[in-house]
Amino acid sequence: MVKEKENSKFPPLVDGKSQYDLTSGKYLRVWQGPQHPGITGNMSLELTICGDEIIDCKTHVGYLHRGFEKLMERRKYIQCFPVVCRICVPEPDFNEYLFAACTEELAGIQIPERAEWIRTLNLEMARLTSFLMWIGGQAGSFGMGTIGQWTVTLRDYMLDLFEELTGGRIYHMYMLPGGVRADFPPGWINKLLDTLKTVEKTLDDVELAMMHNAVFKMRAKGLGIITPDMVDKYGITGPNARAAGVARDIRKDSPYLVYDKLDFEIVTGTKSDAYGRCEVRIKEMYQSIDLIRQIVEKMPKEGPFFTKLPNVLHWRIPAGHTYKRAECTRGEYGFYVQSDGSDKPRRTYVRGPSYTHAVALMEHLAIRTNIADTAGLMVSLHTYPPEIER
Amino acid sequence: MTEFNELSRQFQISDLKEQRADLHFFHASKEHAVAVLTSLKEKYGYTHLVFFTVVDHLEKNEFHLTYMLHNYEKHHDMGVVVKIARENVQMESIHHLWPAAATYQQEIREMYGVEFPGSPGLYENFALEGWEDIPPMRRDFDTKEYSDKTYYPRPGRESHDPREYMKENLYPGEAETW
Amino acid sequence: MSDNMNDMDQIQLFNDQGRLLNAGLPDEEKALFCDAAPQVDAPYRGIWEKFLNWARSESLWILGFGTGCGAIELRPLMTSRYDMYQYGVQPRPTPRQAGLFIIGGYASVKTMKRIVRSYEQMQGPKFVLGLGSCTVNGGMYWDSYNTINRLDHYIPVDVYIAGCMPRPEALLAGINELKKLIKEGKGENANKYAENFEWYKRNQKKIIKDWNMPDYNW
Repeated sequence: MVKEKENSKFPPLVDGKSQYDLTSGKYLRVWQGPQHPGITGNMSLELTICGDEIIDCKTHVGYLHRGFEKLMERRKYIQCFPVVCRICVPEPDFNEYLFAACTEELAGIQIPERAEWIRTLNLEMARLTSFLMWIGGQAGSFGMGTIGQWTVTLRDYMLDLFEELTGGRIYHMYMLPGGVRADFPPGWINKLLDTLKTVEKTLDDVELAMMHNAVFKMRAKGLGIITPDMVDKYGITGPNARAAGVARDIRKDSPYLVYDKLDFEIVTGTKSDAYGRCEVRIKEMYQSIDLIRQIVEKMPKEGPFFTKLPNVLHWRIPAGHTYKRAECTRGEYGFYVQSDGSDKPRRTYVRGPSYTHAVALMEHLAIRTNIADTAGLMVSLHTYPPEIER
Repeated sequence: MTEFNELSRQFQISDLKEQRADLHFFHASKEHAVAVLTSLKEKYGYTHLVFFTVVDHLEKNEFHLTYMLHNYEKHHDMGVVVKIARENVQMESIHHLWPAAATYQQEIREMYGVEFPGSPGLYENFALEGWEDIPPMRRDFDTKEYSDKTYYPRPGRESHDPREYMKENLYPGEAETW
Repeated sequence: MSDNMNDMDQIQLFNDQGRLLNAGLPDEEKALFCDAAPQVDAPYRGIWEKFLNWARSESLWILGFGTGCGAIELRPLMTSRYDMYQYGVQPRPTPRQAGLFIIGGYASVKTMKRIVRSYEQMQGPKFVLGLGSCTVNGGMYWDSYNTINRLDHYIPVDVYIAGCMPRPEALLAGINELKKLIKEGKGENANKYAENFEWYKRNQKKIIKDWNMPDYNW
C-alpha cells in the first residue's frame, strides 16, 4: 500500500487498486479498443483516467474466441493439425510443435534425429519472424513508423522462406506427429543464410535508430516496471521476466528438441521496463540468428525426416495425459493433452503466455501511466490476444 | 517422489503417476486440494502456476480440475487432479495464492459452470457475451448443432467421416484389413 | 431474402410512428440517441455520379479494425513490399473517416456486435471486403459455437476474398475488383442495407443477445 500525500490528484490505492467515485466528475472512463489503432490485435482496455493519467485499467478479451478446445474434441488427431496452428496467428509453429510432441509422447513415437533438427530450425525461424513483427509494433507505438516499414519487409523475406519450405506463408502445418512434412528444397539453405545476413544488417540499423533515439529513450524508460518479486506472483515468463534479471529460459532449463546440443546463453537484463524488455528482445533476435546458423552447421545433412505412422484415420492414442512446454517469443507456451483411448483428444488445453501478461499484469502495470503510453506498454509486454481466449 | 510421500502423511492424496522424469500427476481430495497446493507452493518451491483447467468426464459424471505447478529450482512439473461431481460444482478459490488464478477461475466459471466463491470478477464476461445456453465446454453441449441452428450455414458444405469416405471412394469392395 | 423471416421470432423494431424503439438502451439514455432508421440515398444521374464513383474508388480508406487473424496480412500490405498506398488505400483510425471495412476473417459474436456498430457509424457510400474463407461459410470454424458462418446475413458484403489466409496479392486483387465494381456503379450496398434494414437487424439480434446499443448507430 502506497502512502499518499494529502492533496494528491490521484485517488488512494488499496491493494494496488484505486478507490474512486466516477460520479464526482473528476474521473473519466474511456475505452481503448477493440476498434482502435493503438491496441495489439482485437482486444480492449477499459481505462479510468484522471487528467491523462490512468488510475484504473480493466482488460476485456474474448473478441477472438473461436472455441478451439471444443472444436478439437470433435476432430481426429490428424484433423486437429490444420486447426491447431491457427491458435496463435503471428507464430503458429509453436502450436504445431507442441501438439505434435504431446501426441508423440502419448502414442510412444520416436522421431528421427534429423526431424528434431529441422523442427528446431523452424521454431527459431518462427521466433525471429515474430520478433520482427513485434519490433515494428513497438517502434510504431512510440511514433517511429520507419522501423516498421523495414522490419515487416524483412519478416516478409522470412515468410518467403517458410513458403518455399512448407507451402504456406502464415500457417505452415509443417510439423506433424512423426517428424516434419518435407525436406529442404534444393538451394534453400543458401537462401536462408543470405536472408539472415540481410536481417542482421538491418537489425544493426534498427538498433541504432531505435534504441539510441532520444524520444524513444525518454518515453520507454521507466514505463511499466516489472520487479523480480512480481514474476512468480503474476506468472510472468519469457523476455518480460528475463529483463528483470530472472534467468529462466525453458530452452536451457529443461531442453527440448536439440537445444542441449546448441551453444547459447540466457539473455538477461537489469531492469524490466519497456526499454529493458526491448533490449532483451533485440539481443534474443541476434541470438536466434546465431542459433539458426549453428543448426545449419551442426545438423545431419542426410537422413530420414519422417517416421512411419499407423494409418492416421484409424489412429487411437492410448489413454493418458501430458503437458509439454516450449519457450516462444513471449514466454512459456504449453499444451496439455488428455487422451481417453479414442481417436479424438478428450481435452486439449493451450497455455499461452499472454494469458497472464495481458490480463492480470497489464491491469497492474497500467495504473499511473500516461494514456498516450498505453499502446507502447501493451506492445512492450508482447501480447497476442488470440492465444488468451483461443 | 519425496514430496508426494511427505504430503500423503498429512493429506488425502493418491495415485501418483510418473508421465516423464520431470512431470508427475497425483489426485487430491476436494477438501484438501487447496492445502496441498499451498504447501507445494510454500514448502516445496512449486511457485509457478502454469495453468489451471477442467476436464469433463461426462460418462463418469465427474469434473477433473487440473492444477499444474512448476518448480523452477528442480525444473519439475506437478499436476494435481481433483475429482468433483458435475452437479452444482463449487471449489475453493486459489486467487490468494496466485493473483493470476482469478482469470483462470473466471474462464472456468464461464466455460464449465464451476463456481469459485470469493474469486474477484468471477461473474464478469470472459470470452462470451450474452451466452444463454449451457456452458459451452461441457461435453453435453453440441457445438455443431448449436452452430447449425444459429448461424445460417451456407448450403453446399459436406463433411464426411474420413474413414467411411475413404472406404467408399478409394477402396470400394475391399475388406478392412488394417 | 424473406425466406427465413418466417421461422424467426418476431422482434419489434419500430413503434407506431415508424421510429426505432431502441429497446436495448436504458430509459435515461434513449433521448441521447437518434431513433430514425437509415434511408436510401439515391445516386445522382449521368456523368456526375460517374465522376464521384471514380473519386470514391481511387481513395478507399480502410477502417483500422483488425477483427480477426486476417489483420496480420494487412501489415505487410501497408509496408514497403506490397505498399497499398500506391492504390489510394490507407488505414484510418476512426469509422467516420473510413469508407472501406475489411473484415479480417472469422467474426465471433462479441466482435460481430462491434462490427455492426462500426459499420453503421461509417459514412456512406461504404464498402465491405470479406477476407478469408471464414467470412464466406465459416471456413475452418464452421462448427464453432461462437463464430458466425455467413457475413452477408449481418452486413452487406461487396467482395469476398477466399483463402486461409489470403495472400497480400489476393487482397490487392480484391481491392482492384472492388474498384471496378464501384466504377461500374455497383457499390450501392449502403443503400441495400437501408432497404433491407429490418432483415439485417433481425439477423443481428438473433445472435447478439445483450443488445445494449442503439438499434441504428449514427
